[in-house]
Amino acid sequence: MNTEAASKTSQDNSVNELAKENTTVGGLFERFGDASFTVQPTADEIPTLWVSRDDAHQVLGHLKSEIDNPYSMLYDLTGIDERQRQNRAGQPASEFTTVYHLISPERNEDIRIKVPLQDSDLKINTISDLWPAANWYEREAYDMFGIDFEGHPNLTRILCPSHWQGHPLRKEHPTRATDMEDYVLTQERVAREQEALRIDPEALGIAGDSDRDTDYMYLNLGPNHPSAHGAFRIILKLDGEEIVEAIPEIGYHHRGVEKIGERQSWHSFIPYTDRIDYVAGVMNNLPYVLSVEKLAGIVVPERVEVIRVMLSEMSRILSHLLFYGTVSQDLGLMSPTIYLFNDREKLYKIIEAITGGRQHPSWFRIGGVAHDLPIGWQELVRDFLAYMPGRMDEYEKIIMQNAVVKQRTRGISAFTTADAMDWSITGPMLRATGSDWDIRKKRPYSGYDKFDFEVPTGVNGDIYDRVVMRAEEIRQSLRIIQQCMDNMPEGPYKADHKLTTPPPKERTMQDIETLIQHFTNVSWGPVIPAGEACIPIEATKGMNGYYLISDGNTSSYRTRIRTPSFIHLQMIPFMCKGLMIADLIAILAGIDYVMADVDR
Amino acid sequence: MTMEFFINDILYPLLNVVGVLVGAIGFGAVTIWIERRMLGVWQDRLGPNRIGPLGIGQVVADMIKIFFKEDWIPPFSDKVIFVIAPTIIMCVAMISFAVIPITPEIGVADDLNIGLLFFLAMMALGVYSALLGGFASDNKLSLLGTVRAAAQSVGYEVYMGLSLMGVVMLADSFSIRDIVEAQEDMWFVIPQFFGFLVFAIAGMAESHRAPFDIPEAETELAAGFHTEYSGMKFGMFFVGEYVGVVLASLMMAVLFFGGWHGPFLPPLVWIFLKTLFFVLFFILVRSVLPRPRYDQLMAFGWKVMLPLSLANLVITAGIVLAMAD
Repeated sequence: MNTEAASKTSQDNSVNELAKENTTVGGLFERFGDASFTVQPTADEIPTLWVSRDDAHQVLGHLKSEIDNPYSMLYDLTGIDERQRQNRAGQPASEFTTVYHLISPERNEDIRIKVPLQDSDLKINTISDLWPAANWYEREAYDMFGIDFEGHPNLTRILCPSHWQGHPLRKEHPTRATDMEDYVLTQERVAREQEALRIDPEALGIAGDSDRDTDYMYLNLGPNHPSAHGAFRIILKLDGEEIVEAIPEIGYHHRGVEKIGERQSWHSFIPYTDRIDYVAGVMNNLPYVLSVEKLAGIVVPERVEVIRVMLSEMSRILSHLLFYGTVSQDLGLMSPTIYLFNDREKLYKIIEAITGGRQHPSWFRIGGVAHDLPIGWQELVRDFLAYMPGRMDEYEKIIMQNAVVKQRTRGISAFTTADAMDWSITGPMLRATGSDWDIRKKRPYSGYDKFDFEVPTGVNGDIYDRVVMRAEEIRQSLRIIQQCMDNMPEGPYKADHKLTTPPPKERTMQDIETLIQHFTNVSWGPVIPAGEACIPIEATKGMNGYYLISDGNTSSYRTRIRTPSFIHLQMIPFMCKGLMIADLIAILAGIDYVMADVDR
Repeated sequence: MTMEFFINDILYPLLNVVGVLVGAIGFGAVTIWIERRMLGVWQDRLGPNRIGPLGIGQVVADMIKIFFKEDWIPPFSDKVIFVIAPTIIMCVAMISFAVIPITPEIGVADDLNIGLLFFLAMMALGVYSALLGGFASDNKLSLLGTVRAAAQSVGYEVYMGLSLMGVVMLADSFSIRDIVEAQEDMWFVIPQFFGFLVFAIAGMAESHRAPFDIPEAETELAAGFHTEYSGMKFGMFFVGEYVGVVLASLMMAVLFFGGWHGPFLPPLVWIFLKTLFFVLFFILVRSVLPRPRYDQLMAFGWKVMLPLSLANLVITAGIVLAMAD
């Protein structure tokens, strides 16, 4: 026992010494003392420090505001139910862990802070006073794990309905509906659900002032509304048509994909990722397979990287074209929507020729892609590349240069880069404020460093700039696709690694070892080595990342899906205050969210 | 004697009335089809093309569908007014056709000496349809749409009337037949170009057509004042809108483009072609313009259109007075 503990300490020390080479971690050790931290090595090499519950708020506050080039963005905040985890040597005892993932754009560095909690005393101080963005993240962690964030202004369920029993991401919560009590929609239940939807201004804290002569109107925008882009509800407090307060309400699209991730095998989870941001197709596969490959130590061939980049950029164009169309539709300009759908159709034809699927191709694989590119793909791509730039010029004229569009979008809901950091805004919305934070450039994944493209940045951070960003990104994506086509390397389309590619079928007939290897890989799926990794990518709407924890099993122990849309919606009340309903519609269109990406 | 009386005083007026009425509704219904097909052309898609030649049967099919839909009245609505509201828009649009001369022979009460005022009065009554329908629905989105409709109508009716006064001065009559006859040598669009511009925009706003559809504003208010309507009652709002489009187009043709006047072709063909041209113009505008924000639209009305129509009125009056001397 003693020797074990001693060896553990010495191991800790060596890990600590190694970690101190990182200036931030070194600074933290100097400021709070070595004893305050436990360093955990992770596969993605993001410095990961365990901090006690009492120190957590102070450490996070220190990282946010007391150091040079601070960690100004709360990238993610989530929980882990550690109670059934086997492989956690060197980590402090914890039943539930709160994970804070911070990013410093100036340093281009991340840090992960973990706080151990016990089920009997599942409490921690809120950090919503440090980052306004923490508000929804903490509500989500409360909803999913039951972690009580003390001092939180409004700690209520966010994804599940208010009357939900239990906390879904706890290991004891059933995964399937068949494990639960039968669902019967009785009249009483309908009435109860209806009643739960009623707006109670007092309870929501948006009641009118008693010294005002006139009443406010409380308008229920959604869950079914033409411009809500899915099942999404915003409770509005209106003075005439002017918005006094707005409360976004999400969760109508919650399917529990994170829970499903703990059930599916590593491979069979890939199709679920397609359905997260359902307009961005295969690009959703990318952060997942990158993280799994990091955990498994798989290095993919160059051809795979280039194919993935090409397909991802096609998905980006698909998503941005839809955005471009819906933004004009929501402003009442109906024709461009249909032109853009025609263009998307042309692109879908190419994607269909390459992957066999259209909206949800589920085509990337751990360690590669599903098939090689088909014969003659270059002609299809070449035709599209010749066709699209001219169309973009035309859309520029009919949408961006339209006087009414300018009047409706210029100067509306503008915010600064600092606001964006506080609210964890990433993607085109962040770049519209002038920041050049694009992780394709900052931390090139999948070989993006080999491509020549620019990151467009805006000036005003208003809706108009947000649209300009997307239009410009389409042109840049076309450039990247051109380079992919011109420089497509030869080689295999999947990595030669035992965890991803089954042995050749002919050889399985020769010896039993190969047969067993083949059999286990295709029946249970591969066993990914224990560890943690998160490789965020620059998705269409912002930073998308899968924080995967493997416990050395055939499926993930915890799948955390950090999507940009979820956290972007939190900013709606801040963006629309004092504006009119018509502006709110333009703001919603300008955020570019997909409800499946919000609720997961 | 009696036979002549029967033909001249009973059969002929009756044919006239029925002809104008059926013509108006028929044109309105065909406009729905024209709009869907033309929007298809302008938006790189097909539009309805399956039922009948060129898909013209689509209108009939839609009518059948809308007649057989459940006639639902929301339990929380003010039921009597809820039912009356959609009929108003149909009635006033129909009655307005009475004072418009289609050709020298066709026209119901087209020589009414206050014809133009009657037309404006009917237009003003039309807004009650949106007002009552929205209020009776007892729905917040409808209420917002209704408030918008009221504000928009108040603004746009003022200068719709003012824009026509130049025409009245030039023709020296409120009778629409006199106005058409006064255009035999020169269409009023030439001396009254600004009057025409203002009237065209006001006509679009009156019929709640995009980009002036802020009382409906699909992307903002679901369907605005008629959110709660379905079945034939919605159908009346819908057809009423298209009859309104035909009415506004016909008025543009009659007041500014010489009505039935034109070389070679018979008067009925001329008036038809002119009206069709403006109907197409309405549809084209819908397909290319976004919707301004409610307050921007009001500001445009009061700050641009009203001064423009007043200036037009004063200058026309000055010229008419100077010419009279």
